Parts: sequence; C-alpha cells; structure tokens
Amino acid sequence: MRIFVRHLDKTTIFDVSGDVDFANSPEIRRSLLHEIQDSHTPRVVLNLSAVRYIDSSGIASLVEALKASRDRGSRFILFGLGTSPREALQLSRLTKVFEIYDNEVQALAS
Amino acid sequence: MLALRSNPTFFCVVRGAVERLSETMGFPESQCRSITRAVDEALTNIARHTYNDRLDEPITVYFRRTQRNYRGDTQLGLEILLCDRGSAVDCSKLHGRPLEEIKPGGLGLYFIRQAMDTVEFMRKGATNRTRLVKYLTQTNAP
Repeated sequence: MRIFVRHLDKTTIFDVSGDVDFANSPEIRRSLLHEIQDSHTPRVVLNLSAVRYIDSSGIASLVEALKASRDRGSRFILFGLGTSPREALQLSRLTKVFEIYDNEVQALAS
Repeated sequence: MLALRSNPTFFCVVRGAVERLSETMGFPESQCRSITRAVDEALTNIARHTYNDRLDEPITVYFRRTQRNYRGDTQLGLEILLCDRGSAVDCSKLHGRPLEEIKPGGLGLYFIRQAMDTVEFMRKGATNRTRLVKYLTQTNAP
C-alpha cells in the first residue's frame, strides 16, 4: 500500500493505492488521525480509486477517522470506491454512515 | 496446500491464490471476492489472536474439493482448512459486534460467516483448525 498526500486550500487529500489489510492499516490509521486530530484539517478526503482490497482492519481505521472527524466537527469524505472496497462497506452496513462520492470532482464540490 | 508464516505482509499471496482457485472452480466473481475476504480475515484472526501478533509462527492452509447432497442435488464445494499451533481459541468469545454499533473492530468474523456456508473452529492436539466451506449452487455453478 502507498499513501500520497495533497493539500488543497483547507482540504487534505490522501491518495491510497494497493491493498489495505492488517499488515498496513495501522499506517493509514495513523496518517488519517494525525491529519484530523493534530493538524485540525477541516476536510479530509480519502481517494480509494486505486485500492483493490480493504479488510476489516482497514474498515476499522476508516471508522476511527470518521469518529475523530465528528468529534472535531470536521468532514471525512471517501471517493472512488472500487467493487471490493464498496462490498466491504456494504457488508458492514457503513455506506450510509460515510460521505461517499464517485470521483474527486464531486468530493471537492460537496 | 500453502505453508506460510504469521506475518500479515504475506497474506496477499494467499488472497491471490484463493481468488484464482475459486474462479477456477466456477464461483461467480462476487463470491470469489467474498471467499477470498473470508480466508484473509481468518488468517488475520490467527495472527492477532492465537499468535498474539508474533510474525514467525506457522500457518498451513489446505484446499480441497468437497461435495454434499442438498435437497436432492449434489453440490460441489471448496473446503479450506487453516491450521495453526497458537494458543487455544475460546469459541465462546468468538462473536462479531452488532452492526448497528458504529465502532472499529469485530467485523472479521462477520465477514467470514457472511461469505461461507460452513465455519468451524476446532482444537486437535496442539493445533487450531479453522474449517471454511463454500458450495456451488445451481445458480452459481459454471
């Protein structure tokens, strides 16, 4: 898994690629929580369009980031979910809990 | 059979093998993904809970075709047996969390049970065995 970070005005975009699994989900958790809790970024956007697989520990990291953003009054947005990550969120009944958009343009316009 | 260590960095290799194997057996794409997810989550549970995050412990994964008679039909299936030599699993503590609770954790076992027709945890001697079976139904048979 690789994470690239972009800063656009008051938004931070995380471009994630590869599989998000038990081996590397702590890294994405750390990165997201740092941005939300320490940097106080008003809007954190996660680009999952290059993520082929996400396991339950990855989902748990997203849930933690969502909770942290709610605690801070900021926004945590997902976009570009492929088939398998979307299925994992659907199975967890979390698709209605997260803000999810098809692409970056929609996510940034929201 | 695949023999590996409990380092989760290598679980992607098993995911690749399981996805190809289930495709070859004729499972539809969505079920190939869910079977793969179930095996990956079972491996993660072994690494986390029976080996307590130790990275160099043995895990063996066996695959075989199986079949059952179900309502007058013979159904072919894929049986996956994961064996580890970690601490014994307390089956009474194996439960996922209610999905209504939006909190991290507890999803792995839920994913496994959603995906597979049979999920069994056994202890034989010093070995934990996780047995997963998925059957091809008439609607998903090739």
